[in-house]
Amino acid sequence: MGLELYLDLLSASCRAVYIFARKNSIPFDFQFVDLLKGYHHSKEYSEINPLKKLPSLKDGKFILSESVAVLLYLCRKYSAPSYWYPPDLHTRALVDEFMAWQHTAIQLPMSKILWIKLLIPMITGEEVPAEKTEEVLAEVQENLKLFEERFLQDRMFITGDNISLADLVALVEMMQPIGGNHNVFQASSKLAQWRMRVELSIGPSLFWEAHNRLVKLGEWDCSTLDPLVKERIVDLLRKFK
Amino acid sequence: MGLELYLDLLSQPCRAVYIFAKKNGIPFELRTVELLKGQHVSKGFLPANSPQKVPVLKDGDFVLHQSVAILIYLSCKYQTADHWYPPDLQARARVHEYLGWHADFIRGTFGVCLWTKVLAPLIGVQVPEEKVKRNRAAVDRALQLLEDQFLGDKAFLTSQRVTLADLMALEELMQVVALGQDVFESRPRLAAWRGRVEAVLGADLCQETHSPILNILEQVANKQLPPPPPEAHQSMLLRISRIP
Repeated sequence: MGLELYLDLLSASCRAVYIFARKNSIPFDFQFVDLLKGYHHSKEYSEINPLKKLPSLKDGKFILSESVAVLLYLCRKYSAPSYWYPPDLHTRALVDEFMAWQHTAIQLPMSKILWIKLLIPMITGEEVPAEKTEEVLAEVQENLKLFEERFLQDRMFITGDNISLADLVALVEMMQPIGGNHNVFQASSKLAQWRMRVELSIGPSLFWEAHNRLVKLGEWDCSTLDPLVKERIVDLLRKFK
Repeated sequence: MGLELYLDLLSQPCRAVYIFAKKNGIPFELRTVELLKGQHVSKGFLPANSPQKVPVLKDGDFVLHQSVAILIYLSCKYQTADHWYPPDLQARARVHEYLGWHADFIRGTFGVCLWTKVLAPLIGVQVPEEKVKRNRAAVDRALQLLEDQFLGDKAFLTSQRVTLADLMALEELMQVVALGQDVFESRPRLAAWRGRVEAVLGADLCQETHSPILNILEQVANKQLPPPPPEAHQSMLLRISRIP
C-alpha cells in the first residue's frame, strides 16, 4: 500500500495538503473522510488518528497528522522544488513564522466566518448576534492588514518571486469564508492580486477542483447532518452568544 | 549589535526561547519588555514595525516573531545538538505534529489563567465564572490528550530524547501551575516527564526562568503589582473579550 492521505476538502488544512501533493505529482490514495457525516469520529478513523482530526497521512506504518507537519514531510520526502520551503535561513524563518502565526490569526477567524455566515444559521436556524459577527469581521480585517504588512510587503509572494508553503496555506484558509459567500479579498486590491498570483501558480484547474466542495456547501442538504456533529455546532453557537 | 531577544519571562513562549538560548550557550542581549507595565504597546521597547507581542528576535537587521520560528532559527543558526530539532525525516515530523496540535489546543487555552486571576482584575474586570469553568475543562481535556496521545510511555513528547516540543509544552504547563492549578500532582506520568525535562535543562536554569511566574500570585496578594497604564487597556480588554 502506497501513500494514503485522509482528507475532506471542506477543510482548509486538507486543501493545502491535497493541492501540494497534486501539484508536485506525489502519488497517493485519496481517502475521503466525510466531516459532514461525522466520519472523523468513526472507529475506523480513530485507528488512523485517535485525535479525530483531518488531514492525516499514512506512509507504510508511519501515520502523521497536522497539516504543517504533513506538508513539510511531503516537501522533503518527495524533494519538491526548493522554493516551497526555501533553504536560506532568513527566508525559511519567515515561512516558519507564518506557519506558526496562522493557526490563531488566519485559520481560526476565517473558519469562524464560515460558521457565522452559513453553517450556524443553516443548521440551528438561528443567526449569530450581529455584535459578535462584527467582532470577528474586525479581527479578520486587522489580521489581513498584518498579513500584508508583515508577510507580503511589496513582494509577489511571501518569500519573494515564487510561491511557498506559506502562500498555499494562507490562501486556502482565506478561501474558507467563500463557502458562506463572504469574500475577504474584496477589501484590498493588493490581497486580491496576490490571491490571483497564487491561484495561477497552482493552476486554476487544480485550485478550483480543490475548492469545489467548499463552494457547493450552500447547496448541501443539512438534514443528513450527523447528530453528533449537529450537537457540537449547537454548542459552538452557545460560545458565540 | 549581536543577537537580541525581546522577552518577558511572564510569557510562556518567551520562557521557552530564553531557556533554549541559555541552555545552549547562545550569546544574546536580553531586552526585557514588561507586559504588566504595557511596554509592548509603548514606543521604544520593541523593534520598529513589530506587532505588539513577545518574544521577538533581532539579529542585525533581521527581525523574527513567533517562538516556534525563533526556536527553529536558533537551533539551525547555532547548530545546537541534533535532538532538539532532529534531522531525521520522521522524528522532525513528530515535532511539527506536536507543535501544530499545541498551537490549537494548548496555546491560548493555558494562558487564560493569568488573565482571569491577575491581568483582568488589575484593570477592574471580572471574567465570568462560566468562562473560567469552560477554560478549566479545556485545560483538563488537553492535559489528558497530552498524556495519552503524545507522551504515552515515551520519555518525552515526541521521542526518547527531549526536543523543542517539550520546552513549549513545559512552559505552558508551568503557567497553569503558577496560577494555582494542580497539573502534576494528580498526573504522575506528566510529573515524571517534567522531572526529565528539568533534569536536562538543569535546576538552576529552571529556577531562574520560572521564578517570575511562580511568584506572581504572591505579588498579587501583597498588592505589589501596579495597574497597567491606560494605553495598554484597549488591547487587554480585547484579549479578555476573546476568552471563549
